[in-house]
Amino acid sequence: MRFSQIKQILKSKTVGIAGCGGLGSNCAVALARVGVGTIVIADFDIIEESNLNRQYYFWDQIGKPKANTLKTNIERINPKTKVIVQNVFLTEENVPEVFKNCDVIVEAFDKTDAKEMIIKTVIKTFPDKYLVCGIGIAGWGKNNEIKEQKYDKVIVCGDEKNEISENNPPLAPRVGIVSNMQANAVLEILLNEKK
Amino acid sequence: MKIILNNRDQEFDEQQLSISKIMEIKKFSYQKIIVKLNNTFIEKEDYPHTIVKEGDNLMILHLLAGG
Repeated sequence: MRFSQIKQILKSKTVGIAGCGGLGSNCAVALARVGVGTIVIADFDIIEESNLNRQYYFWDQIGKPKANTLKTNIERINPKTKVIVQNVFLTEENVPEVFKNCDVIVEAFDKTDAKEMIIKTVIKTFPDKYLVCGIGIAGWGKNNEIKEQKYDKVIVCGDEKNEISENNPPLAPRVGIVSNMQANAVLEILLNEKK
Repeated sequence: MKIILNNRDQEFDEQQLSISKIMEIKKFSYQKIIVKLNNTFIEKEDYPHTIVKEGDNLMILHLLAGG
């Protein structure tokens, strides 16, 4: 496949991102840089100073809503990517509506309750859609432990081992690696799919 | 029986087992998990009476906070 064809395919695709924190903001930026046509981003949260150690926001954006601000940042990188903002708290009830037009969905939540909700909802409502999850991002080092596992349509990026805690914080390098692995898995799906 | 558990071949002496029993044998005591049997999502309350048989593909995904 030639680069021109790759760009053409990506331009026609829609990717949904559930959560605009460390995983979601960095994954969305990577997908926008490569020219994915439409990105649906969903988050209800506000940017805090403590987020800036890993999330794709700036100091002067503290206090602003994440989803709207991520759209602003993406538009500064690639205004040709259409960004659809969903400033909502995602639930089993609204996930099907929010992500119905997406070719692939990215799970980019922080809390396990939210991860459970989206994985469950996507498997049940969209059995044919790929879901790319990020599990095990905490800490630093241990590059070789970060991997990808494919459970049919559920793809898991991360070490599946390190959970965040006071002694094992989420930090830019490992969160950046996993979020970009998620973006990379999305590309693999989008470019291999034959419709 | 032989099944695929988390993408790996896994053999048990029994001919069939419930999901709860498999978790007990494997010593999976995770707080938050997602279970998928042959691509069907299994609800928590169904773990004790959902039976896994020869050739089944079982995913027991341990969820971890952080993102």
